[in-house]
This record gives sequence, structure tokens and C-alpha cells, in this order.
Amino acid sequence: MHKKGSLGFFIFLIIFSFFVVFLYGPILSIILLSFQGPSGGLTFPLNGFSLYWFGELWKGSGLVDIGASFRRSIMLGIFVMILTVVLSVSAGLAFRKKFIGSDLLFYTTIASLIVPSIVLSLGVALEFRLIDSIIITIGEMFEIQTILENFQTSLGMYTSGFGAQLTWTLPFGLLIMFAIFNRFDKSLEEAARDLGANPNQTFWYVVFPIIAPSIVGIALFGFTLSYDELARSSQVMGATNTLPLDLRGLTTTVTTPIIYALGTVTTSISFLVIGISLSFVYLLRHRKIK
Amino acid sequence: MKEKIRIFQPKLSWLAIPFALIFLAYFVVPLILTLIVSFWDYTEYSIIPDFIIGNYIYIFDGCFTFENGLCLTFKTYISTFFFCLFTWLITLLLGFCVAYFLAFYVNSLPMQITLFLICTIPFWTSNVIRMVSWIPLLGRNGLVNDTLITLGLIQEPIEWLLYSSFSVILALVHLYTLFMIVPIFNSMLRIDKEVIEAAYDSGANQFQIIKNVIIPLCKPGIIIGSIFVITVVMGDFLTIGIMGGQQLASIGKIINTEMNYLQLPGAAANSVILLFITIFIIIVMTKFIDIRKEL
Repeated sequence: MHKKGSLGFFIFLIIFSFFVVFLYGPILSIILLSFQGPSGGLTFPLNGFSLYWFGELWKGSGLVDIGASFRRSIMLGIFVMILTVVLSVSAGLAFRKKFIGSDLLFYTTIASLIVPSIVLSLGVALEFRLIDSIIITIGEMFEIQTILENFQTSLGMYTSGFGAQLTWTLPFGLLIMFAIFNRFDKSLEEAARDLGANPNQTFWYVVFPIIAPSIVGIALFGFTLSYDELARSSQVMGATNTLPLDLRGLTTTVTTPIIYALGTVTTSISFLVIGISLSFVYLLRHRKIK
Repeated sequence: MKEKIRIFQPKLSWLAIPFALIFLAYFVVPLILTLIVSFWDYTEYSIIPDFIIGNYIYIFDGCFTFENGLCLTFKTYISTFFFCLFTWLITLLLGFCVAYFLAFYVNSLPMQITLFLICTIPFWTSNVIRMVSWIPLLGRNGLVNDTLITLGLIQEPIEWLLYSSFSVILALVHLYTLFMIVPIFNSMLRIDKEVIEAAYDSGANQFQIIKNVIIPLCKPGIIIGSIFVITVVMGDFLTIGIMGGQQLASIGKIINTEMNYLQLPGAAANSVILLFITIFIIIVMTKFIDIRKEL
């Protein structure tokens, strides 16, 4: 049973290999096609090999200001990453003991993961539109000039946008914390206490080093899921666009390989972040014990 | 040693407060507001606090008389369920096989982790780009059509490869099989290898072992994976929009369109119905498992 070289092994190996090709084949094809020559189109074959479309992308020809939305997405990704790490780790610590409402909070978190994204996006948008009308009403009541003249909307990346993304990244963060603490050897903390460590020391010198690789994992989820998030962000970014929002718009308007060049760039960023994070996890797991 | 080791920690439950506040502000309150606004009235440019059920009546207009055949809402839900069913079946089969290979045929832990990461990495990249990346393969002059024509298997390019139900399901499977693999793989890792050995020694063949031992023991993983896939497809509007060439219907797309036209109470009413259907599906599926035990 389950021997290498058996018929079953080959069947499942073939299925697995097929799956990996299925997973990576399409993305490789657009990476390849982004090096299309200037006269090349959206499909194979490659008409020459050039960096022409990356040049076009850099110049920003025919596109909305992609550079700006790119920077916005990176900044928002970092912001969401930090919040995801801090909030998930602290909640993870709290969840080690039952507390009032801990079950409710847990199931709310899980529910947030599986609620249809469009519903959540609508809900958050409604919430902030109602806040808008309250602000405007207050402005009118008290005739506050700045509100009457300048106020547009409270919807924005750092008011509604990041929150909608957190409802997607935090559940992953909490689940990772659960996974680590379920396997956590509590006698280590006991030992630290017996040796006279205070709670702060116990956390920073004992618990933290053990959970550090998982924290990097949470950071990875926090950044990448925010950086590429679209479904929940779609209605709540206000006047600004993040990169995925622009990308979606481009899928219907752009008919040149410039969209592949953009895809290659943004995928490279993702791969870079994933690579750095996974190396970090690896190093933390295999570091020498001092 | 049965004695419980006490975690030496002061009261830490307050550490969950910021976490809880985020979910209150960006999840609980928005959903309650959605429910409330679904009973509001609206004009072309504003929404008006009210308590009317007109938004719901409008959604089910003509649905129960069948005067003009099926109403739009039922058609849309049927279309959505259709995508759900096929995506679910394919991701379940594929996800199970991939997880099975990883859990039982790959013996060394580093190899297992490496192969698992290979399956996971695309999850951390852009969904839109992953959809766009099918265009050069499936398009009218795409790689698949070109290859089939060169081989002489077809004369004319196949039109239904892209911007069709086929490409939608393909993209959904491409995006979400991982949601199946992870929980099933997790369940499989918990299966005691000796149980399988015992079945094998008793004369069961591989098919019988999969059917009578592994699948029953993986049930929680299968259910969790199924919940993820089904709920994500139920609310999908991006994949069906982009891969369907904006031609196919789904309930998520209706909500999205209504929002773009600022028909917010209408969108809210549709959301409430979608939410209840989703909750119903989940309740049916979770009858027997405790998610918390699966971590």
C-alpha cells in the first residue's frame, strides 16, 4: 500500500503533476508573452523578444495612473499586514483561555471568512455612506463651512478599505495562531515561570521565539491578501483605486500585451514577498539554539 | 501526568478587544445595516429610511406565477447553483487526489512541505492576473485552438473556450481548488497510518481503503473545503464577470450592478437573500462537525 513505484503511485503522481502544470502553466504563458515584440498581440506566437511592453508600462501609455495605484496598494498592503499581525497575535494569546464571548468571537471570525465578499463590500459601503449623511446633516445643522464646502465622502483606503480587507486577512491570522497554540508545549512557559521570569519575559523570551515563524506566515497572508484583494475592496475604496481595481478595469479595455507586462510585474512582486517570507520562516525554524 | 499545567498569564482576554472591534465595525454592523437598508426606499439619487418590503417583492416579481416562464431571479440562482455544483464536484475530486498524493505517497516531510507550498503559492498572487492568464491559452487564436487546428482535430477555432461557462468553471477550479486541498490534507495527516495498514492486511484493496477508511475519516476536511468553495462561488461576481465576458448571470453580479447604479436598498435585499441561502447551505453541511476540533 502506498509504495513508490506501484500503479497507484503513478496515477496519483500524474494527477498531481497535471495539477501543478494547470496551476502554473497560464501564469508562465503571460510572463512569456509580456516579452512580446512591439508588433506582437495577445496570443502566441511571440513576434520577437523585447522589453517593449515593459517600457510602455513604465511610460504609462494609454493607462490610468498605474504607478500611483501600485504605490497605494503597496502602502495599504503594509498597513494591513501590520494590523493583521498585531491583532491576530494578540487575539491568539487571548484565545488560549476561554473568555466571555470567546466562542461568539471565534464563530464571527469564521463567518467573516465565508460571508460572500460582495455582501460584505456592500455592507461596509452602506455603513460609510450613512456616516457621510450624518456628517453632512451635522454640517448643515451647524453650518460648518469646511464640511459644506469640502466634504465628499468618508469612504477611503484608510477608513473603509483597510477594514474590509481585514475581515479577510484576520481570520487567516487567527487560524494560524490557533494551529500553533494547539500544538504549543505549555510546560515551557511553566519552566520559565519557575525560573523566575515575569509574564513579559516569558512572552518575549519563550513564547515569541517559538511562534515567530508563524508570525512571519501571518504577515505573508496579511500583505499578499491585501495587495491582491479585489472582491471585498471593490465598493469601499472611495475615490482612489488600488492596483487590483485598476487591473480589473483594464481587463475590459486593454487589448495589448501591456496588461501582461503589468501582470508579470505584479506577480513578480508577489513572488518576491512570498520568497522573502518563506526564507524567513525557514531561517527562523532552523536557527541555531544559542 | 494528568495534572493540568497552568499557563502563567495575567488576564489576557482584553487582548482580543481590538480584534473584536474590527469585526464589530467592519463585519457585524455592516451586515445589520444591510438588513435594515434592505427595507428602505430609494430614488435615482438617494436612499430614504423607511420600512417597505417592496425591494423583496420586486426581486420575486413574477417568480411564483410562472407567466413568462422562470423569472430573472430564479434563472440567476439556477445559473449560480450550476457554477457552484460543477466547481464543487471538480475541486472536490481534484483536491482529494492532490491531498491524497501529498499525504500518503510523499513520505519525507521536507518534500511534503515543498510540494504543499507549490500548491499554495498561487493563492498569494493576484486573482485577476490568474484569470487574465487564461486569455492567451483559450482565446480564439489561443494556444489550445492553434494546437488543435495544427493537429487537424478541428477546422474552425472553438468559440466556447473563452468567455463561456466553460472558462468560468475552469477559472473557478483554478482559483479555488486550494480551498479543498488544505482541509482535506489536514484531515488526512491525522489518519493513523496503522489503521490503513490494518485494512490492507485484512485484504482490502486500495479502492476499498479509500472508500471505506480514508473518505469517512476525511469527512470533516471534505465538508470544510466544500463550505469554502461553495460559499465563495455563491457570492462570486469577478470570475463570472471577467471569464464570462460580462455575459453570464450570477447573483453576485446582480448585487454588484445594482450597487454601481446606486440602487443600494435593492442590492441590500438581494444580499440578504443570498446570505440566508448561504447560511442555510452551511448549516446543512456543518450538522456533524466541529470546526474548532479541526485545527
